[in-house]
Amino acid sequence: MRENMMNKKERLQTIIAALILIGVFLFPIWKIDLQAPQYPEGIGLRIWVNQITGFNEFDLNNINKLNHYIGMKEIVPSSIPELKIMPYIVLFLIAFGILVSILKNKRFLTIWLSLIIILMIAGLYDFYIWGYDYGHNLNPNAPIKVPGMSYQPPLLGSKQLLNMKSISLPDIGSYFIGISFLLGSYVLFNKKK
Amino acid sequence: MSTKQKARFIISIFFIALIYSCSGNNGKPGTSDAAEKVYVAPGEYDEFYAFMSGGFSGQITVYGLPSGRLFKIIPIFAQHPENGYGYTPETKPMLQTSYGEIPWDDAHHPELSQTDGTPDGRWIFINANNTPRVARVNLSTFETEEIIEIPNSAGNHGSPFITMNTEYVVASTRFSVPIPQKDVPISSYKENFKGTISFIKVNPENGRMNIEFQILVPGFNYDLAHAGKGPSHGWAFFTSYNSEQANTLLEINASQNDKDFIAAINWKKAEEYIKEGKGKKYNSEYYHNIYNDETHTATSNVEKEILVLDPKDCPGLIYYLPTPKSPHGVDVDPSGEYIVAGGKLATVIPVHSFSKMIKAIENKEFISEIFGIPVLKYESVIAGEVEDPGLGPLHTEFDGNGYAYTSAFISSEIVKWKLGTWEVVDRIPTYYSIGHLMIPGGDSKTPFGKYVVALNKITKDRYLPTGPELCQSAQLIDISGDKMKLLLDFPTIGEPHYAQGIPAEILMKGQKKIYELGKNNHKYGLRSEKDAKVEKNGNDVHIYMSTTRTHFKPDNIEGIKIGDKVYFHITNLEQDWDIPHGFAVKGMNTAELLIMPGQTRTAIWEPKSEGVYPFYCTDFCSALHQEMQGYVRVSAKNSSNELKYN
Repeated sequence: MRENMMNKKERLQTIIAALILIGVFLFPIWKIDLQAPQYPEGIGLRIWVNQITGFNEFDLNNINKLNHYIGMKEIVPSSIPELKIMPYIVLFLIAFGILVSILKNKRFLTIWLSLIIILMIAGLYDFYIWGYDYGHNLNPNAPIKVPGMSYQPPLLGSKQLLNMKSISLPDIGSYFIGISFLLGSYVLFNKKK
Repeated sequence: MSTKQKARFIISIFFIALIYSCSGNNGKPGTSDAAEKVYVAPGEYDEFYAFMSGGFSGQITVYGLPSGRLFKIIPIFAQHPENGYGYTPETKPMLQTSYGEIPWDDAHHPELSQTDGTPDGRWIFINANNTPRVARVNLSTFETEEIIEIPNSAGNHGSPFITMNTEYVVASTRFSVPIPQKDVPISSYKENFKGTISFIKVNPENGRMNIEFQILVPGFNYDLAHAGKGPSHGWAFFTSYNSEQANTLLEINASQNDKDFIAAINWKKAEEYIKEGKGKKYNSEYYHNIYNDETHTATSNVEKEILVLDPKDCPGLIYYLPTPKSPHGVDVDPSGEYIVAGGKLATVIPVHSFSKMIKAIENKEFISEIFGIPVLKYESVIAGEVEDPGLGPLHTEFDGNGYAYTSAFISSEIVKWKLGTWEVVDRIPTYYSIGHLMIPGGDSKTPFGKYVVALNKITKDRYLPTGPELCQSAQLIDISGDKMKLLLDFPTIGEPHYAQGIPAEILMKGQKKIYELGKNNHKYGLRSEKDAKVEKNGNDVHIYMSTTRTHFKPDNIEGIKIGDKVYFHITNLEQDWDIPHGFAVKGMNTAELLIMPGQTRTAIWEPKSEGVYPFYCTDFCSALHQEMQGYVRVSAKNSSNELKYN
């Protein structure tokens, strides 16, 4: 029982691990960059905990304009329910982390870390579903139809979609989740007293 | 001489001639060295923007230096069918004057705004000569934002020269006229004709202009100006000719006096006199046209009054510097000390000293007085004379390294001379009849040097002939070394009368890429395609139309009848740089529209016969541009066809 309890230093580290998650509110979690000759200045999307923005000010508008050629649905951030839920999930994780530190019990820390992993996998899966839907669910009357072609962006990495090279990568917000998770794991597994 | 010797002699003569003919091509570039210096590789930028007057095209043209590539034509005083400027109800007010709508003028002197005597890249001003006006172009949008008419003026040539911090742009009248205008015999010139010099105040926040005051001056011809800087800040200098006040055959009758004048005006003193209430209000109607880039629409305001100062009531306001002989150009060196005059008929270039002028004023070294304006003693104000400056020296620009470059119209050359010693150090021919010349920043406190551009009047034998009318031309000359070197000839649009240059980096960072749709406050603008609609009030049909890649909304309109006036109010919903859309209807009696992202423009169409009329996008916008089209059905006046659209 006693070895499950955290010492002062570990409790402090746990609080820091929880607070690092605030970074998720300050930076985008994911980025999808598109590369094409007509966009020397770059064009792309940034997915935040509660919104989707363009890499440049009007990119979302312009990507929607481009997508209409292939019959892709318009991306309307205000109609994506996940963007409304996600901030609460992150707030919950921060609160849970602080609670773990108060309760001092490493078993709760294990639960907290497991939750992060589960939520991350769920998030990625959800992202995949959205990508699949946008990429496959095309308007049958689209001006450009390429037999056998779908426009699902890669989950991670890069993929050529017609003239666009689509590159999908975690953004700074995700690094905060990673650091928070690593710090939490360090507290859990570090045996030195 | 033996036969052998003879042969050798002939051969050597032949070789000398050959060598001479190769080296004698003074000023011909044709070398890879020159080509390299003007070559801007694909994807690379020019080092300078050059803004050239379009002369009688009424426009400004924008070139890159050193490449000489044309980037853009900015319509100012002239209608421009390429984008509908001056045809659309949004832009027509820009061409309004107290004489009605004037779709043309003669634009001569582009002048960049300055901060502390250095071009700052905010605005460029230019004059309209024929119907006196001054325009301001915003250099983040490259669009004309304001045009103000100048009353009591005729031949607005000495304009719009700028003070060190853009406090004022000044404008002088070339033709003296009765003020206020009245029906008098032309032979009563001396008695009835007057000149004016206008000081147009520039609002430092938004560039808005207003004519703060005018100064009534004797009826000479005033034709060029430059403001003081550094120690001479607060003064402006204006050349005048025809001090004879002749009114016929001026080439003879205005060339009699050995010396005409540069008028030195103390505008800080003028401000004091205005504060003291010395200005008199004159009734004069003049137009002030302002373009708003949120309503995307220009409005004309009519001003009714102007404040005029009479030098007779304002001692110390103006002094005359005697200057030989029919001076034309007046240029102030970067230090602000030297005032260089270019006399069309002079054999030397007289250079006045500002500090000597101030001393001469203090010591009252006057030789006479004209209409209450003291004339200073030539010997007391002259700093030096440049001997052998070429025939017909006109204009001078400076390189910031102590050298001046003067254009000589008659002898077609640029003459380089040293400030202080007044000695000529270099000269280079121009092709041909150079008027102004331009060094980037060359009339400011901080010349950027490197190049001088010759702005020529005649291009015989320089280009492929194009019938009786040949192209106009500029020439780029390298001034980075001791010897001037011709690098490039390039044709221009209209008359490249004068030009200004500025390092590209100063302008590039401030470029506006789009107009924000969220700020589009055009009366008939749209924020979204959902708002597209057609409304009919009596015979007026207002079509609120949107454009986006690659369709119009609505694209089919029926129920238009003969006698209707159809307004296509078109908003470009794009928010991406360089995605304009165009618009034209078959048989429309005006120009096409070019509509920038976020902008609204209106085309007015009055169909005259029944039928179905196509309209289409004129500016290749993207894939499926060719599909971007629609139809309007026009029915008889008494037809029962209802208005409908989709």
